[in-house]
Amino acid sequence: MENDIILSIHQLDKSFGGLHAVDRVSFDVPRGSIKAVIGPNGAGKTTLFNMIAGTFAPDGGRVILERENLTGLKPYQVAERGVFRTFQNLKLNSHMSILDNVLLGRHTAGTAGFLSGMLALKKSRREESEARKKVTEILEWLNIAEIKNQEVGNLSFGKQRSVELARLLAADPAVLLLDEPAAGLNMHETDELAELIVKIRDQGRTILLVEHDMSLVMDISDEIVVLNFGVKIAEGSPSSVQSNSEVIKIYLGGDDD
Amino acid sequence: MKLKRYYPIILLAGVLVLIQLITLVTGTAYYLTQLTMAAYYVIVAVGLSMVMGYAGQISLGQAGFFAIGGYTAAVLTTIDLTDKIDRPLFSFLDKTGLLIHKVTLYGDTIVHLSPWISFIAALVLAGVIAYAIGVPVLRLKGHYLGMATMGFGIIIYRIVLGTHIFGEADGISNVPLFPIFPGITIGGDFSIRVVNYYTAWFFVILAMVLLLNLINSRTGRALRSLHGGEDAADAMGVNTARYKVKAFVIAAVFAAAAGVFMTHYNGGIGPSESSVAKSVRYVAIVAVGGMANLWGVLIMGLVLNFLSLRGFFGVYDDAVFGIILVVIMMFFPDGLFQPASLDRVKRLFHGK
Amino acid sequence: MTSEQILQYIFSGITVGSIYALVAIGYNIIYNTTGIINLAQGEFVMLGGMIAYSLSQIMSLVPAVILAVLITGAVGSLIEIVFIRRMKKNSVLGMIVITIGISIIIREIALFIWNEQIRALRFFSGNEISSLDILGARISPQVLWIVGVTTLIVIALYLFFRFTLTGQAMRACASNTRAAKLCGIRTSRMVNLSFMLAAGIGALGGCLVSPLTQTHYAMGSELAIKGFIVAILGGLGNPMAAVAAGLLLGLIESFSISFLPMVYKDVIAIIILLIILVLKPSGLFGSRQTSSLKDF
Repeated sequence: MENDIILSIHQLDKSFGGLHAVDRVSFDVPRGSIKAVIGPNGAGKTTLFNMIAGTFAPDGGRVILERENLTGLKPYQVAERGVFRTFQNLKLNSHMSILDNVLLGRHTAGTAGFLSGMLALKKSRREESEARKKVTEILEWLNIAEIKNQEVGNLSFGKQRSVELARLLAADPAVLLLDEPAAGLNMHETDELAELIVKIRDQGRTILLVEHDMSLVMDISDEIVVLNFGVKIAEGSPSSVQSNSEVIKIYLGGDDD
Repeated sequence: MKLKRYYPIILLAGVLVLIQLITLVTGTAYYLTQLTMAAYYVIVAVGLSMVMGYAGQISLGQAGFFAIGGYTAAVLTTIDLTDKIDRPLFSFLDKTGLLIHKVTLYGDTIVHLSPWISFIAALVLAGVIAYAIGVPVLRLKGHYLGMATMGFGIIIYRIVLGTHIFGEADGISNVPLFPIFPGITIGGDFSIRVVNYYTAWFFVILAMVLLLNLINSRTGRALRSLHGGEDAADAMGVNTARYKVKAFVIAAVFAAAAGVFMTHYNGGIGPSESSVAKSVRYVAIVAVGGMANLWGVLIMGLVLNFLSLRGFFGVYDDAVFGIILVVIMMFFPDGLFQPASLDRVKRLFHGK
Repeated sequence: MTSEQILQYIFSGITVGSIYALVAIGYNIIYNTTGIINLAQGEFVMLGGMIAYSLSQIMSLVPAVILAVLITGAVGSLIEIVFIRRMKKNSVLGMIVITIGISIIIREIALFIWNEQIRALRFFSGNEISSLDILGARISPQVLWIVGVTTLIVIALYLFFRFTLTGQAMRACASNTRAAKLCGIRTSRMVNLSFMLAAGIGALGGCLVSPLTQTHYAMGSELAIKGFIVAILGGLGNPMAAVAAGLLLGLIESFSISFLPMVYKDVIAIIILLIILVLKPSGLFGSRQTSSLKDF
């Protein structure tokens, strides 16, 4: 595998009051790989994620995308550069249809503005029909095309997760940040999710995920980073991490409980 | 292009013609006056619906923008420029036909700016002010945003109430007619009543078309995604701050345009048009129509404003809107025309 | 400006400021217990003055005031039961809108009962022309009543919230409703109590100020806005700061008429509000934590 790094996390650091949530964490994400960030609750995974996605700025350190510094950019700016995220508790517009929700994903692909939209100018209309075509393809790929006009709020949680992923894919992301994508899914749905993530990776995209479901993580990850109390304690292939004594200790509990 | 979405517009146009013919046949043509004024209020309401219903922001000061539009038009078209006409700027304007010479009732000639200039000036002013207050204020949320916008409305009210050039408590009158098109003039003469009725509702239809187009476009979708919470929109690349401001500005411009037209129609404007009571009414209409339901807002705006203008509610005009607000918020938070609300009404009638 | 003028301005500022402070305290009590901002707060002040006026026609002043306070308190309680209780509390927009609607309804009912005439309660001591000479300024004895009673209310509230079980229970409800419930606190009763208290205090303020500034059916909305501004200025959630902020605003407005046309006096408060909201929404005395209220 080439050593082509697409996303580089360098010495990211964040404290909240007295709590040192993320303590100078560094790792690289190779292009076209699936990398997982795991660790017990409170290990700082979500905070790390939020810093990469731009929700808040780190106290120290950098996030580099290819050669561009993403540190401190606002979330929409991070998205504009091809890095898109999902949310643990789904942030879909429940009163809008699946189609409309997923179409939002095409936002960064278009440039038609307010005036163009209001006057239904050619550019706006063209972008709109192209977007709809693309979205329909994705919905079909995910097997939710038949219900595309249904209100998202009426769907099962598993289906809503698919919609969120569809929205993400519609954005044609270079890097996907998945925040606990398997949360709330049953075993069957989790397996489907695993297949899906691998297929997405095979499209040439890069995936960084935070996850608690160990079987999913071990199954599909190319590399794993382990955090505990904000500190990176291990990084490597699934098998190396699995046999790492530090990692075993924090998950199974050791003498220093 | 989805022509399907324009069917209701054709239906609306048909209903409007029907209404006018009915008034013709029943000799109640005077209703057209209130229907015309209601149209202009509806324009404010649908603009506000975009901000409140689609972008999910509160504005309790929309009447302020209506007043900015109306007062700008009133002031600029009633200032007498006769003694200034030799100045280079004004003689230039005169040559290009942008100054209007009018003979007053007393036989003097006065010179004033063409209503087109004041129209454009009003829209630009409203847009600039909306942008200026929108950028800092739309960062706020909830109560804070509501109070800030209400505060803006009150400032406008106080300014027009207390400043000589705005006529203080009496407002400005003698605002001239606005000939917008050969054969179409906005003004209160009975002879052009029917024309004004159709003109006003034409503007409503125009506003609806623009907004319907917007909702189904890329930017409109981004706006709608703001409603539930901005995190998702941010994550999908929407510059939420800028979008909120843009929606706010558009709504302000709509309100200002309505203010300009109404002022020419009525021949004047008074401070009450910028009052908190008026702002509250716009909010009530949007709420009862169903925040994000443009057609619902249009219907309720038409009905409620018409009744109010006809004096149907008597002294309790304000009270009615207050009660509407309370009832809607408690029982029909999605407005009267949403499925959930219709179910509730059905249940009420079935005695459950 | 002569020193007498300055003193006059100060006293008039303190007078008006005390009422602002009382309204703001009302906001804070309800907000501290429920997280709601009750825009009908100003109407309680109006009701207090009006009811006391009507009652004082058939009884002497003291019982009239007491009854007016109690009745208005009951009105506040009623409003909570009938309207607020049913509302989904997490709908911020809904809460604002409904309290505005309630304030309009109260105002129109007041119009119906008392019409547009301006009413004024009897002076608590003396009459319209009695005045005391304090440090060279002539002030009405009513001013002393206002300042005195306001101070008493503030002290009483401080003691109440700090040292009584009920008061602490109310504070508990605000910070963590679920935890409060788990501790056996009847949150619904606390919520109702907060409305009752806020209404009663507003009413008392209305009675105090009625002889001087008169009572009019439409006076509630302006007070609501000013009171809100003061509550924000002091930092929402901090009743003591509200008092300071109220006095501050009263003084600013009072001195403003010496250099600004009077019509713009009310605009000052709003401009202050806008500046505060934009620069430091946590208010003059608030902390960053409470200013996370920016993100409801």
